[in-house]
Amino acid sequence: MTPTASAAVGTAPSAPAAAPVVQIDKLWSVFRTTGRDAVIHQDLDLTIEAGEMMSIVGGSGSGKTVLLRQILGLERPARGQVTVLGRPASELSREGAASRVGMLFQQGALFSAYTVLENIAFALKELRTLPRALIREVAMVKLQMVGLEPSQAHKMPAELSGGMVKRVALARALVMDPPLLLLDEPTAGLDPDSADTFCALLRSLHQELGLTVVMVTHDLDTLFELSTRIAVVADKHIIVSGSPREVMAHDHPFIHDFFLGERGQRAVALLHDRTEAA
Amino acid sequence: MEESSPRMTRQSAPAEPGLVLSGCWTAARLAEPAAWSKLRAALRACAAPQASQWTWDLRSLDRLDHTGAQILWNAWGHKWPANVLLLDAQRSMLDRVAKFSVPPPPSSRLSAWQVFLGIGASVWLVLEHLRDGTRLLGQLLLDALKLVRAPAKGPWRDVSGNLYRIGATAMPITALLGFLIGVVLAYLMSLQLRQFGADAFIVNILGLSLIRELGPVLAAILVAGRSGSAITAQIGVMRVTEELDAMRVLGIAEGFRLVLPRAIALAVAMPLLTVWTTMAALSGGMLAADLVMGVTPAYFFEALPRAVQVSNLVLALGKSVVFGLLIAVIGCHYGLRVKPNTESLGRGTTASVVTSTTMVILADALFAVIFKDIGI
Repeated sequence: MTPTASAAVGTAPSAPAAAPVVQIDKLWSVFRTTGRDAVIHQDLDLTIEAGEMMSIVGGSGSGKTVLLRQILGLERPARGQVTVLGRPASELSREGAASRVGMLFQQGALFSAYTVLENIAFALKELRTLPRALIREVAMVKLQMVGLEPSQAHKMPAELSGGMVKRVALARALVMDPPLLLLDEPTAGLDPDSADTFCALLRSLHQELGLTVVMVTHDLDTLFELSTRIAVVADKHIIVSGSPREVMAHDHPFIHDFFLGERGQRAVALLHDRTEAA
Repeated sequence: MEESSPRMTRQSAPAEPGLVLSGCWTAARLAEPAAWSKLRAALRACAAPQASQWTWDLRSLDRLDHTGAQILWNAWGHKWPANVLLLDAQRSMLDRVAKFSVPPPPSSRLSAWQVFLGIGASVWLVLEHLRDGTRLLGQLLLDALKLVRAPAKGPWRDVSGNLYRIGATAMPITALLGFLIGVVLAYLMSLQLRQFGADAFIVNILGLSLIRELGPVLAAILVAGRSGSAITAQIGVMRVTEELDAMRVLGIAEGFRLVLPRAIALAVAMPLLTVWTTMAALSGGMLAADLVMGVTPAYFFEALPRAVQVSNLVLALGKSVVFGLLIAVIGCHYGLRVKPNTESLGRGTTASVVTSTTMVILADALFAVIFKDIGI
């Protein structure tokens, strides 16, 4: 199956195929602290096309998570425009947002008062039309799609391990099959083994559902494993965006430190191994 | 949205009876009440026996998501129909739904035995509360002795911070409530006293009830609601964010750094707030007495020392120290018992306020019984 513009499969493309999923124009993010303003982004431009798996990297405090929050419409840009699926991002969090975009928060952000199944089914239940049995069945399918056992359906979030929390949060984000999925540090806090399986899961979901994925990550392995495109945030804007190779070829001190440091070398070596083996 | 709502159309060609599905079979569109009720009726018709031979044509669907696929799969009775026309992508989505369609495991129901065990558990819980509370009190006593032995090493900054937060910032609200209670009480009493021509006794009644009972209890209940809950929430959040564990790992005793400063702050602030509240209440009563009955403030000031013995004031201050300690210990007790999740935090805070308010009133009743012969 070729990636389509939407997680839901369709014959007629629902949106014009050429339209980008996320378009950021001349974005300014400013944090007003007492006394002086801290400018995080200055004239930042970024376009994310349908079916891409875009990673946003940058140093600590360069505003990667802020950028995700801008795309989600959780924060209002000081200047500039963020358009998601053809509409301004600020309109995104209105009713029915779950069918347009899914977000995997860094800590999962599961509702701690609800069981796993109730967490996943929450958005569907809030539509208040579909029968409860159907909602439960859909949630059970999503639960297993992210690799959890049916027996875990009635557990509370407090009883879950870190990797399972991420899986449940992913299932919750995907429950209405949104075409766009945002991930904040998807593998942070997971052991290497769980991180690998989680990466594989994300990759297979991306392929099967034709999702557009935007993620923020520090983990070089995840970065090279998953991304089709990398955007580097430094000096308050995107200094380069392109395939991993293109990005690494770009000459900038941050890229030099990030990719060509000791940890970077190791991950890059793996990347080379993989492409040769393929 | 320009996308059309989900529809099912019966193919009327007699040679090949079938159903053509069209529109957007996605959760958001399916959940529109009008579309859903129409579709449900159409799907119910498909349960007819002759329907098993119909051809299902999915090719002209605009979109299909997992919810739509699940509805179809259920309509088909959890097996592929004999004749179905669909695209590869739709087939893989339906395959996935088919593979993962299992009934959710039954959520555990309460049996009689479990109810019985639950009763036992609640008894244990009470004992546990008593044990933890005793341990906390004992630890507080040891910490206080430690402080007496080496006062220079005490957590004085925490004490002063808590003193400000619990004591100073509570002054406006306690004054307002005290004043209003004083006014209300004076009005109410004046109506009764006038019937007996005993106007002058307003001073005795207000003085004794406000100084001995209402002042301390009112201040304590307000502080229990305001600061008892805050103490539980502060310590509870520290549990949720693992700050308590971090303190323990750094070798810092939580009793000495968290419980003791709050206990000292409340033990000091509570009597002061009691005096403050009582003064506000008396001035409210004085004002109302002057307005309604013409009992002048000058007379009020003159008669008050005769009506209320000093021992009442001592009793009130002593009581409020005990109330303050109770609120601090109960707040800390529930705070330390919070489990690392938000629900437990909410429950702990509520339980803390309810318990400390109850305990304050209970202790007040005890004081009233024990000291019934003093000062009246």
